[in-house]
Amino acid sequence: MSALRKSSPLAVTGKYLALGFYIAFALFPLYWLVKIAITPDKLIFTEGTALFPSEFTFENFQTVLIATDFLSYFKNSVIVSVGTAAITTAIAAAAGYAFSRFAFRGKRVIIALMLITQMFPLLMIIAPIYKIVAAVGLLNSLTSLIIVYTAFNIPFATFLMQSFFDGIPKDLEEAGMIDGCTRFEALRKIILPLTLPGLGATLGFVFTAAWSELLFALMLINSNDTMTFPVGLLTFVSKFSVDWGQMMAAGVLALVPSCLFFIFIQRYLVQGLTSGAVKG
Amino acid sequence: MARIELRNIAKAYGSVEVMRDINLTIDDGEFIVLVGPSGCGKSTLLRMIAGLEPISGGDFTVDGKRMNEVPPRDRDMAMVFQSYALYPHMDVARNMGFSLEIRKAANDVRVSKVQEAARTLGLSKLTERLPKQLSGGQRQRVAMGRAIVRDPSAFLFDEPLSNLDAALRVEMRLEIARLHQRLKATMIYVTHDQVEALTLADRIVVLNAGDIQQVGTPLELYDTPANKFVAQFIGSPTMNILDIEPKDGRLSLKNGASLGLGLTNAQVGARELGVRPEHLNIVGPEEAHISGTAELVEHLGSDTNIHANVPGIGQVLVREHGHFALKSGDPVGIALDLEKAHLFDADGRRLAA
Ligand SMILES: Nc1ncnc2c1ncn2[C@@H]1O[C@H](COP(=O)(O)OP(=O)(O)O)[C@@H](O)[C@H]1O
Ligand SMILES: [Mg+2]
Repeated sequence: MSALRKSSPLAVTGKYLALGFYIAFALFPLYWLVKIAITPDKLIFTEGTALFPSEFTFENFQTVLIATDFLSYFKNSVIVSVGTAAITTAIAAAAGYAFSRFAFRGKRVIIALMLITQMFPLLMIIAPIYKIVAAVGLLNSLTSLIIVYTAFNIPFATFLMQSFFDGIPKDLEEAGMIDGCTRFEALRKIILPLTLPGLGATLGFVFTAAWSELLFALMLINSNDTMTFPVGLLTFVSKFSVDWGQMMAAGVLALVPSCLFFIFIQRYLVQGLTSGAVKG
Repeated sequence: MARIELRNIAKAYGSVEVMRDINLTIDDGEFIVLVGPSGCGKSTLLRMIAGLEPISGGDFTVDGKRMNEVPPRDRDMAMVFQSYALYPHMDVARNMGFSLEIRKAANDVRVSKVQEAARTLGLSKLTERLPKQLSGGQRQRVAMGRAIVRDPSAFLFDEPLSNLDAALRVEMRLEIARLHQRLKATMIYVTHDQVEALTLADRIVVLNAGDIQQVGTPLELYDTPANKFVAQFIGSPTMNILDIEPKDGRLSLKNGASLGLGLTNAQVGARELGVRPEHLNIVGPEEAHISGTAELVEHLGSDTNIHANVPGIGQVLVREHGHFALKSGDPVGIALDLEKAHLFDADGRRLAA
């Protein structure tokens, strides 16, 4: 086995070169974000394309945190994203389980409807959504964003959860039911622990989607109090005639929760990839 | 302890009927094997007994009580799945004790029962491992242990050995037989392997396409199969089926060879003759009923299988005991042990004398 896997040094070098190139390509924008964030304002245009700034400063971070409404935007984004992720994942898990395990009338119709909702360009439905939200008096509220994001993320999240449930053999819960569980007990004691990676992945996916959503947030929120982070970022454009340094500093800070989140669920994601090993 | 009765059981998936009029009585403590080709409905029948599959029609009773609608957890039956279905996130001990945990048995009772089962199955050293850290055979034992710990009124097995290699399969087969002798519980065992059926069963139920073909002890099925299907399914290698043409009330083969056997009145409709390879013998030309050439000779040590080509009849398989000095291409004469041959009519039913 090991003899087979030992390939020529040339191939190994090539493989690492390709990987290195890919990583550099993927991470370069992030690097640039951080670089501009720590470049002093006066140097931004003079040494615009240099790879390393000749001076560092954390002034931009300081200004963003203290002098702007960044913390309020940040808090709003956390509320909206966590709320959306939690509600969506709970509903998607229940729906995905039903799709995976039960045969019921109208199942195909519901799946088709859910697919159709994914086919409309967002621009087409943004006006009707605005009217609906206005009619129920939810404009400028975080609740409206949570509801809209949840509605838009449920179809994909449901299919994702369904595929995770499909990956858990039916035999397991049947064994549980023969061992004395009700269906719900089997779900809670056997299926749920096995589907944690799936829940983690779905949470992460929905969280990231809500965290970076701009279009609806822009339409439905006008007041500074309830702005989420992507909308708030735009205020750097108008108020300070594009303050690049602060904008990038805010961007860096906004990456923190996503990173933390993925570090936290990474363990489950990796587990998810290998969990197929348990079946005989 | 349980006496299980199936009366006119039917099963349909939507409008597709896969099973009808299944009648079977399983006595307390009996080892019943459901055997048949893949897709014949064995698993479906077992799952209906377990309560995992709704019963579409008929009555299912245990000790006289109708159980059609009783959920699996209240049927007091344990099941061993083909995939073992061990809970991947629980260690061996918790897997085996899970049923007691769910039923809220006292802690010390559970621990001692699990320990006892682990000892019986040789798993004592493995109780803290997760299923993924076990070999196939060990997982199989854990699955059995999970069933034993419950002390159920009936054990259900769905092809429990089919994921094991040949040597392990034989070993586990013995272990299951021993388990039945020790526990004397009712066991219903599903397999597509007729060797498992013949070695384990008190009685065998042969299924084909959702119908029971025959119910009987292993020897009954071997000696007096109800029809061609059972005759060919039970016994290995497979029974030879030869076309026949009754001539003047006597039996002749298709190539004109006369077997000199008179047909009774009940047998005049016979169309085919079935004779097992072990009931054919290689003989000298003067005793031979038919003759041909040996195309392929398999030396198995204990037996020799001779695949002969007989002009006008086709392939015939002869099984001789021990080592038989013959090589491919040799001419062979074959005698049939007509006492042990079977006659089948146009519908495949066996015609008794
Ligand atoms: N969920 C199902 N829906 C429709 N048909 C099914 C379903 N499960 C099994 N069947 C059909 O029922 C028959 C018996 O299946 P099964 O009991 O699994 O066979 P076996 O275990 O003998 O191989 C097969 O023809 C199969 O196609
Ligand atoms: Mg089956």
